[in-house]
Amino acid sequence: MNVLRFSKLVFGSATVFFLIAPLIAILPLAFTDSVFLNYPIPGYSTRWFEELFTASVWQRSIVNSLIIGCGTTLLATVLGTVGALGLRDRQLSLVLTTVKTIFLLPMVVPAVVLGVGMQLMFARYGLTNTYLGVIIAHTVVAVPFVVVNVLAVLQGIDRRLEQAAASLGAAPVTVLKQVTLPLALPGIVSGAVFAFATSLDEVVLTLFVAGPNQRTLARQMFSTIRENISPAIAAAAFVFIVGTVLIAVVLNLSRRTMAAKI
Amino acid sequence: MSPIGLRKQLISLVLVGPLLLFLIFFFAFPLVTMMKSAVSDPVAARALPATARAVASWDRVSPPTDAIMAAFVTDIRQINDDQLFGDLVRRLNSAKSGFRTLMTKTRTTLSEGTGSIDLIAVDKRWGDPSYWQAVSVAASSTITDRNLLAAVDLQRDTSNAITALPADASANRAIMLRTFVMALTVTVACVLIGLPFAMIAASVDGWKRQLLLGAVLLPLWTSLLVRTAAWFILLQDTGLINSVLMQLGVTSGPVPLIFNRAGVIIAMTHVLLPFMVLPIFSVLIGIPKNLMPAAASLGAHPVRAFLNVLLPLTLRGVVSGSLLVFMSALGYYITPALIGGAKDQMISSVIAYYATGAANWGMAGALGLVLLAATMILYAIYLRLSSEREVRP
Repeated sequence: MNVLRFSKLVFGSATVFFLIAPLIAILPLAFTDSVFLNYPIPGYSTRWFEELFTASVWQRSIVNSLIIGCGTTLLATVLGTVGALGLRDRQLSLVLTTVKTIFLLPMVVPAVVLGVGMQLMFARYGLTNTYLGVIIAHTVVAVPFVVVNVLAVLQGIDRRLEQAAASLGAAPVTVLKQVTLPLALPGIVSGAVFAFATSLDEVVLTLFVAGPNQRTLARQMFSTIRENISPAIAAAAFVFIVGTVLIAVVLNLSRRTMAAKI
Repeated sequence: MSPIGLRKQLISLVLVGPLLLFLIFFFAFPLVTMMKSAVSDPVAARALPATARAVASWDRVSPPTDAIMAAFVTDIRQINDDQLFGDLVRRLNSAKSGFRTLMTKTRTTLSEGTGSIDLIAVDKRWGDPSYWQAVSVAASSTITDRNLLAAVDLQRDTSNAITALPADASANRAIMLRTFVMALTVTVACVLIGLPFAMIAASVDGWKRQLLLGAVLLPLWTSLLVRTAAWFILLQDTGLINSVLMQLGVTSGPVPLIFNRAGVIIAMTHVLLPFMVLPIFSVLIGIPKNLMPAAASLGAHPVRAFLNVLLPLTLRGVVSGSLLVFMSALGYYITPALIGGAKDQMISSVIAYYATGAANWGMAGALGLVLLAATMILYAIYLRLSSEREVRP
């Protein structure tokens, strides 16, 4: 049995290393003072962070990402939450089951296929090279995450709470506002976070739909890696990874406090 | 149905309405547009209306009549829009090479005079019926199966029968095969790493399980672009992997890991591994813990107990995970585009090239249709499998 335990330990550690090491290895490179992304790092400086936050291309792309990310989060969260409210029954009719499948489909369709279609159609309605067009494109792929997250929380809500509120004379809108939505808040929040993260990371649809004025951070990283790789990439990656860990911690904490309240 | 049930249904429909409309307009409609672009072919019919009427009565075998030639001359003289003329030339040239020079020469000659003109005297190629067949096919219909056939390396010959394209003319089948092989390799690599890893994660508990699952979830939440950038930095000739190998004396020069197949497979396996581990893990923790001891108490050797008891139960998770990984890998664009070389590009890169590089929407649409169909079939199988699992007690 010792051989089994030993091989489990080795295999488990090796896989954890494979999964995590690349993400950790990129972090120190953000602080290099050289123009190359190599180890050993000759000296440390914050010049690439300065580049990231002061060079106009990067600055512009960060602002664009924030505009498009916020627009996408707003649109996807509203549409997705309302849609999820319509799908909350455990026993769905055939029509609603089909609707649910359609709601999740944008997660599955290959991004390039959707991108080609969007470029063709958006051009016809003057939506290419506009912020609105990019926000719409990102919302299409972000909305399934909102639906899934909100639905998961809604299905865990004890329906008797709402029935109690209604039997005490609350109007349906009041029940929704005072009971259902507050209870669903953790799901709505994590859906919104996922929507923002999806928009932040989206490259392919942006390539097809956005013009040079809507170049996002992810799009800028894509062309930097492709054309002239620079340590600014490592600095951007550092910001992304630290942001991810922070969001994960915040989400976990908010879920725990919410769970404790309920 | 009771009135209350009906009312509930109605409220549900009103609630799902906005998102449904949004997705019909901005998700389904673009896909339909793409499919239509694969089969639509309106350029020649729009540019050559008189020719289209004249060729309707032609058998496409005998030499073209004077009426057809006269109609063609009229049509060419009437094209003022250079854009339209350019589209027409591109369309005809894609059916038969040689039209590019022929059409430019013909238009220049025709614009010099106004009267009737002998096309064969302008260029003797107009005496060859095969050119007129191409004009006739293009002008007489606004839809075509040309792109769909070309997507799988087929074409219609002059007698309208389906034949294979010449070997040097197209490489789409080779790219599809390559996409399939690469997606399969990534899937197998994910099973080989993911299955044992999920089993280990399910067999431990407490902080060890948290650590193992965290290692899967952290990359899943990290930006795809960041992960690809990380692999780009690690795999390059002066990257960490090569400098460690050279420090250790394993190799004297850098091992080529980037811009080749090995690099793409490594990076894609890293990116897609969580989609394999999580479904297998969720199946494993549903399996009662006492099954293996039960098999052992009945005298089964641990290896036999594993093969006969645990593995069959795990198989469902492996199939779900494999479908997810394979389906995602088929449509991958970013990782091969950044880490792969020219010979490691998958079907998505070819679609992107046709759409953004060559402005050939017909071919982009046709190849997109192939990829979409493959993905949807795999997704339907996946849904079927996962709904069966939900129904089972």
